[in-house]
Parts: sequence; C-alpha cells; structure tokens
Amino acid sequence: MNLLVCVTKTPETTSKISFTGNSFNTEGISYIMNPYDEWYALVRALELKEQHSGTVTVINVGPAENDVVIRKALAIGADDAVRVDTTPTSAKEVAHHVFNYAKDKAYDIVFCGKETIDYNGAEVGGMLAALMDVPYLSFASKLDHDGTVATVERDIEGGVEVATVNGPFVLSASKGLAEQRIPNMRGIMMAKRKPLEVVAAQDVSADVATTGYSLPAAKAGVKMIDAENMTELVRLLHEEAKVI
Amino acid sequence: MSVLVLAENPKGNFKKPAFEAVHYGHLTAKALGTECIALVLGSADNPAQLGEYGASKVIHLTEGFDAYDSRRYLAAVTQVAQQIGANVVVLNHSSTGKSLLGGLAVKLNAGAVSGVNSIPNTDSGFSVNKNVFAGKAIAEVSINTDVKVLTLMGNSIPPEQVGSAVEVESLQIELPEAKTTVTGQNTVAGVVPLPEAELVVSAGRGMKGPENWGIIEDLANVLGATTACSRPVADTGWRPHHEHVGQTGVAIRPNLYIAAGISGAIQHLAGVNSSKTIVVINKDPEAPFFKAADYGVCADLFDVVPALTEAIKSFKASN
Repeated sequence: MNLLVCVTKTPETTSKISFTGNSFNTEGISYIMNPYDEWYALVRALELKEQHSGTVTVINVGPAENDVVIRKALAIGADDAVRVDTTPTSAKEVAHHVFNYAKDKAYDIVFCGKETIDYNGAEVGGMLAALMDVPYLSFASKLDHDGTVATVERDIEGGVEVATVNGPFVLSASKGLAEQRIPNMRGIMMAKRKPLEVVAAQDVSADVATTGYSLPAAKAGVKMIDAENMTELVRLLHEEAKVI
Repeated sequence: MSVLVLAENPKGNFKKPAFEAVHYGHLTAKALGTECIALVLGSADNPAQLGEYGASKVIHLTEGFDAYDSRRYLAAVTQVAQQIGANVVVLNHSSTGKSLLGGLAVKLNAGAVSGVNSIPNTDSGFSVNKNVFAGKAIAEVSINTDVKVLTLMGNSIPPEQVGSAVEVESLQIELPEAKTTVTGQNTVAGVVPLPEAELVVSAGRGMKGPENWGIIEDLANVLGATTACSRPVADTGWRPHHEHVGQTGVAIRPNLYIAAGISGAIQHLAGVNSSKTIVVINKDPEAPFFKAADYGVCADLFDVVPALTEAIKSFKASN
C-alpha cells in the first residue's frame, strides 16, 4: 500500500498567542508537528503499512527549518520524506504543491490531519481530493482496510457515519483514528539516514490574505457566587447575562 | 451575481444551522446589493420556509443525495453555483460544510475562509473575521478572487425572520457516480450537537469517575443543554470523544458554558472562550478557569451541581 501523509508545523498548544500588526509574534514559541497529522494520520498510515506492507511517505510544504518536524515523522516510522521548498501563506498553495508532487505517484490513500491547530482551516484535504478527483473522507476517527475496500467512520454532528470506499481517496484524521506513538532511540537514529527529498515549488499564488489580527475582548472579571445561594446564580444568568 | 447558501437538512429537517446560514447569506447579499438563493440537497420538509430567513428563491435537488458522497455533493453545489453565477457560496462550519469547502474552492477557483464569524466587510474588497488558534485570536482575512466560499461558525450571527415562504425550483445538473457507500450512522438521538448548542454543561476530572455523570446530565436536562467534557475525560474513555471541547477537540461558542471540575488549562480555554457567558464550578480557588469566567462558584461540585439543578427547576417552574 502506497501511502502519503501530509504533515505541518504548528505552535505548541500552550503557546501564548500575540501579534504585532498583522504578524504573529514567534519569539519564545516552540513548534510541534500538528497533532492531528502526527498522532492520528501518520500513525494510522504506519499501522496500515505494517498490516499490508508498502511505503509511508511524509510530505511537508515549508522552509528548511521544518526539517525538524519531518525528521520526527521519519523517527516515528515513515519510510521517506519530501519537502516542497517554499513558505506558503494559504491552504490553496499547500494543496497545489502536494498535488503537483503526488499526481503521478498513484497513492492509495493521502492522509491529512482534520485541521491545523493554529489557523483551524480544515481546507487542504478537501482541496487535494478535488484536485485528484477522488473521494474525500473527512474527520475520520476509524479506518479499516482489507486491501481492496476501506471502511471509514467519519465524525458528524453528535456521532459518526460509516462509509465504505473502493479505490484511492483522501482522508482527514480526527481524534481516535490511532494512538500517539513516541519515537524511540533506534527510530531517531534511523531517521537521520532516511531520504528527505527537497523539491522546488512551482508557481502557485495565494487568493486569501490575513490583513490583521485581534485578541478576543477580555472578560470583565469573575463574579463569585456563594455556593449556598444557587438561586442568586440563576437570577444573574436570567436577568444579567440573559442566557436562560 | 448572487449569494448561494447550502441549507443543511439532516434527516430531512431544517434546523438552526440552516436558518443561520440563509440569514447570513441574506445579510451578505444585502451588503453586495444582490439576492440570496438557498440550495437544498435531498428530501426535505418544507424548503419554501427558507424564504423566512431571507432567501429570495430555493433550488431543491431531490434525487441522488440520500447518502453523503463527497464528489456528488461537490458536483451539485459547483454546478448550481456556476449556473446561477454565484459570487459567494455560504456553508455551515459543520462536517458537511467543512468537507465541501476545499473542493468548492478548487472547482470554482474561489478563495476560501472557514469558521467565519462576521458579516463580510465590503467597503473595499471583501474581508471576514474568523477565530484562529481555536479562539485565542481573531484574524481578519481578505479574499481576492471573484468567487468566495465561506463556512459560517455556529452561534455567530443569530438568524432572524425577515420574509415569508418563497418559490422552490429545480435545476438540471449532472452527477458523477458515487464512489462511497454510506453503510450506517450512529448518532445520539434527541440531543443538540455541540457546535450548534446554545447551552452547554461540561465536566472534567473533578468528577472522579464516569459513574458520577448523572448530576451533569440532570443539570443539562433541566436546562435543555448539551453535555461536553475536557480532554483527559475523553482520553480515559469516561465520555465519548465527540464531547471533547478544547483546542484538539470541538471549538464551540454557546451562550452559556457551565464547567464543573475543569481546571481550565490553556488548551481547554481555547476551545470555549468564545462562549458568551461562562460559569465555573471548582473547589480549587486557584483554578485558572476562574480568570476566564463570568460567574464562579468555589465549592465542591458534588454539592453545587445538584443545588444548581434544583434552583433552575424552581426557576423554570415559576416562569
């Protein structure tokens, strides 16, 4: 089974988010592999490979500093890696760069995380599926594959929907698809020798631009309510907050 | 020129998300000086009612949408958008809307923005606001293409009734063969899904175990709220993972979020801090969640939650 996993880099989840004008302050920010890419997409791809044999390739669209994240994916178990050498500012660019690389390589499944935890776009997977003209199985929390037919559980509002698919497809991974794997020392050593191909980016233009950032309005401060007086809390929720 | 809105009809019924999307489409169309047209796929109860929220016309395609197939849905919305010359396509920020967004961007050569929570600013160009970092910040994004595709975050713009029932038409389109087969659905019946819920009662590790969740469900029932949980609770299997709210779970913006026994780690706050009103119940006065709350009760949740349930019961009985 020939599998491609898209991975990206995001600020760590405890990061303090601040901006100067319309740029994100990166000072003091440490980066991780996007959790949906690492914990679920990559690990489930590796499990399928272990079950059916084949290869797992990871792809990242980004500058050389992203190699840290790519090496981690290799340490977790991917066979080889590709980095499209550019700094994208939109999902469209990422999707086109991945498509340009993947289009003639007959991948059985292309995996993405369901969204990045920074810009929360959830766009790249759907774009890739449309470019490749294959089904898009989004928000998958379970994937079984018998070698011919894949059975996918997709998260929908309030539960899951089960679908089967023949032939290649793009999948976006949500929580539950797999269990996080921690790279071991052998994996880390081997990752240094695994191939990481750097390919030049073709010309793709962005069609959206972030023109500014703001932080949500701060809360006025908490009003503490006596635990013996829940009637007062209910009154405030009704009369002051007007939410019940 | 027009604004096309996909009005979702799960199990054939329109619910709040459909009305929100249509009303958002109506407001967007007004800003652009054009009309809002609603699209309904598959069997649906009374599509004409979408006119009440501002659609000037409804296009209803009845055949071929009983089960979700990404390529068929994508082909349908694409062809309708092209035939009516839509320059804005509005979807819900739902499993269906998010699944279609990227594909529509490709097929319509459109700039896409997901999770929008403001009416487009059309003073110069076209820009919208969306939450980023799961609500830790808000980004203003401008779209530079002729056609724009948006998913609308739930509970952002309240739907209003502005019109009356309108005409329902069909259109001729060509659908590709389905490549996926839906074999089943497993959803919780009778509960408002978290992204749509206006009232949410959530609990965390302070509950000590899944067997204690009865008091949370009682409070949710008396309020008509949806239940949610923190990440450790979903990870240990105390609660189903679709209830997990936070940076790596569902990001929500209900009117009321009640959190019991959740300390308020930064990742949890990220997913809920767009809530209009936050009530925190925690026996630890140092719990960071109190800083993000509107109302706090510092006491044992096993006393507070049942007392709050009783207080709401009496309130409901006397109103």
